[in-house]
Amino acid sequence: MAYFIPTAPEDVPPAELGEVELYHAHSWITRWVFCQDAKVIAIQYSLTALAIGMVALVLSWLMRLQLGFPEAFDFIDAQAYYQFITMHGMIMVIYLLTALFLGGFGNYLIPLMVGARDMVFPYVNMLSYWIYLLAVLVLVSSFFVPGGPTGAGWTLYPPQAILSGTPGGAEWGIIIMLASLALFIIGFTMGGLNYVVTVLQARTRGMTLMRMPLTVWGIFVATILALLAFPALFVAAVMMGFDKLLGTSFFMPAIVEMGAQLKYGGGSPILFQHLFWFFGHPEVYIVALPAFGIVSDLISVHARRNIFGYRMMVWAIVIIGGLSFIVWAHHMYVSGMHPYFGFFFATTTLIIAVPTALKVYNWVLTLWRGNIHLTVPMLFAIGFIITFVNGGITGLFLGNAVVDVPLSDTMFVVAHFHMVMGVAPILVIMGAIYHWFPLMTGRMYDDRLGKVHFWITFLGAYAIFLPLHYLGLLGVPRRYFEMGETSFIPPSAATLNEFVTVMALIVGFSQLVFIFNLVWSTFWGKAAERNPWKATTLEWQTPEMPPGHGNFGDRLPIVYRWAYAYGIPGAPQDYLPQNVPPDLARVDELPEEEKRHKAAAGGHA
Amino acid sequence: MAESVTRREGWNGIATDWASDQRAFKDVPWGKAMMWIFLLSDTFIFSIFLLSYMTVRMSTVDTWPNASQIFSLHIGGSDVPLILIAIMTFVLISSSGTMAMAVNFGYRRDRKICTYLMLATALFGATFVGMQAFEWSKLISEGVRPWSNPFGAPQFGSTFFMITGFHGTHVSIGVIFLLIIARKVWRGDYERGRPGFFTSRRGQYEAVEIMGLYWHFVDLVWVFIFAFFYLW
Repeated sequence: MAYFIPTAPEDVPPAELGEVELYHAHSWITRWVFCQDAKVIAIQYSLTALAIGMVALVLSWLMRLQLGFPEAFDFIDAQAYYQFITMHGMIMVIYLLTALFLGGFGNYLIPLMVGARDMVFPYVNMLSYWIYLLAVLVLVSSFFVPGGPTGAGWTLYPPQAILSGTPGGAEWGIIIMLASLALFIIGFTMGGLNYVVTVLQARTRGMTLMRMPLTVWGIFVATILALLAFPALFVAAVMMGFDKLLGTSFFMPAIVEMGAQLKYGGGSPILFQHLFWFFGHPEVYIVALPAFGIVSDLISVHARRNIFGYRMMVWAIVIIGGLSFIVWAHHMYVSGMHPYFGFFFATTTLIIAVPTALKVYNWVLTLWRGNIHLTVPMLFAIGFIITFVNGGITGLFLGNAVVDVPLSDTMFVVAHFHMVMGVAPILVIMGAIYHWFPLMTGRMYDDRLGKVHFWITFLGAYAIFLPLHYLGLLGVPRRYFEMGETSFIPPSAATLNEFVTVMALIVGFSQLVFIFNLVWSTFWGKAAERNPWKATTLEWQTPEMPPGHGNFGDRLPIVYRWAYAYGIPGAPQDYLPQNVPPDLARVDELPEEEKRHKAAAGGHA
Repeated sequence: MAESVTRREGWNGIATDWASDQRAFKDVPWGKAMMWIFLLSDTFIFSIFLLSYMTVRMSTVDTWPNASQIFSLHIGGSDVPLILIAIMTFVLISSSGTMAMAVNFGYRRDRKICTYLMLATALFGATFVGMQAFEWSKLISEGVRPWSNPFGAPQFGSTFFMITGFHGTHVSIGVIFLLIIARKVWRGDYERGRPGFFTSRRGQYEAVEIMGLYWHFVDLVWVFIFAFFYLW
């Protein structure tokens, strides 16, 4: 049966499970601190992630200050610069993006969107947050130990990561980083099991897999990727910890340091790279897939049109998820590998562009002839599409082994991955926060401030990263503390670097507008109307807003249709929520393209 | 739309059932689904440990010690290769048998026998860990360390202590949970719906089966460690 045809009320299957027994908080502490409600855990996750993200933002300013105005700041020496780079990268990728998308949006949206009262194991879910917080605190502690945090680069490549030439390599920095990662993975696994089982086993009546909003699909597949990819990082962290603490040689070849032969020997540094990227590449999609899902929903709601090709969109998410496990060595073209391996990994990398491009086309086709409302979430969603295409196309350059070799380790790579997995997902996060802000707080954000925030962030991000592409093509290397004089880089590159730094500072400070808007609106914003975006999905159909404990009041909703019944002629408004019984006689719910398809096939389709 | 309730055959039926509403895996309790997915994740951990072991075994420049010499015991005037490992493997696989029976008696609501069988499983597990401790101390007394090895490649010691240690930790955690669940079965917590101490959730007899899944997994992992580490 086609996924967009609604079910008649008498055909909805009966409930398979009885009502779950909810944990009821007895005190302020169990309600708001050690809370087992996924919605509160989601807010805790999000606030922690945003807080540590601000630290990473400040670190990026410090790096840019050094790059734009070398030798102007005494407190930034080469050691500090590498520490800033490392901590900025690790925090942004893992402690901000992964935690915010899965721990934040996953916790908030999965139970609400699939019609569950809570996650399936609320206690484990709560532990997940507290272990995550512990991981963050352990990470932050490395700023205060002798030697400071590790400066090994966010990829932590051995042997340099644990040697004395690297900041934190001879002291505590690297150990604290590895311990924090291991904690993060343990905490994440607890949460991730919850997300997967909730999606698989705790949906409401009528909520089939092919009726789930794409947000849930994106978070669901990303969680599976994380559960299978994080083990590689965990094992790598354990082994590198042993190399450092016990003097084993998993990753350490025979090596001379400061003229002295170390006791290491016989290990394989390349092994670490394989393990790291077996985690690292799926990690890109752990961040990207939830963004894909959320942006699909934002576009559909704010353009009042069903998502184009829902089934294709689902399969694209699943296929991208699967392919992401067989492309990892494209990060290692310059590490030295057999040409046939390079051929294989370049091919798989380019194949992954097919389902990804398909998603982009479908977003654009959803907008096509849509009733586009340029609300703040929609602006961010459209900004995402543009940025993602931009970053994706440079990915095609870098995915080719032959093109990658000259571009590798230049600013071009920095520009590429910041566009595709930095700016693009963060635009989605911001759009999603604006979109669900009324649901979470019951109040509206300030629209004008939101638009100011969008335009500064969006244009500013391009002002930062487009020049970096150009610098990269000139041959400006990444990871260099200071450039000095070279024969091949013109002096104008320094001017461009100054420009980029100024823009980075402006964009960074403009985030204060965002924070001010959120804080101010949470307390003093005007009360939001119910379902302000006229969305079909279940999270907006709760009896209270913000949704209360148990989400849906006395009775769980029954789902009759898919999540994209927008722009329906004959419906009371232009949309039909998932839980409103269909009026099969009067309202034709068929999506527009299906009607056209039917007409083209002579009415027999 | 009567077609939505008719049962479909073959692959089409599987796809329809799987994508149907409420539950993808019909009649699978939440806890059991969670354990399966966790074990999938844990499989990746052990696979990566073993792959790393194979990689460093190739990358090291020293010779790899002969497993049947290193893991032999001097019994009755001659060296018996792999004798301890054979006993350990036998014990652990026997514990899988008692565990499977415990699950069976749990579902029959035979609290007494279920408890005894779980305790027997825990005892086998503890015996296994005890013999592993003996094996570790024997190797340590012979001079094998995580960072060095008098018989050849230092990576032998590193991978041995790391992988068997990680597996032994799994077994030990299993023994602890076996004891906890055996106590709950004995007290009749699952009949009376007594809420858990930490989670304040009511458990059911499927807890025994979920414990069994974990235990069989730990056994299966041992078979691979045995094959890759001791026989190769």
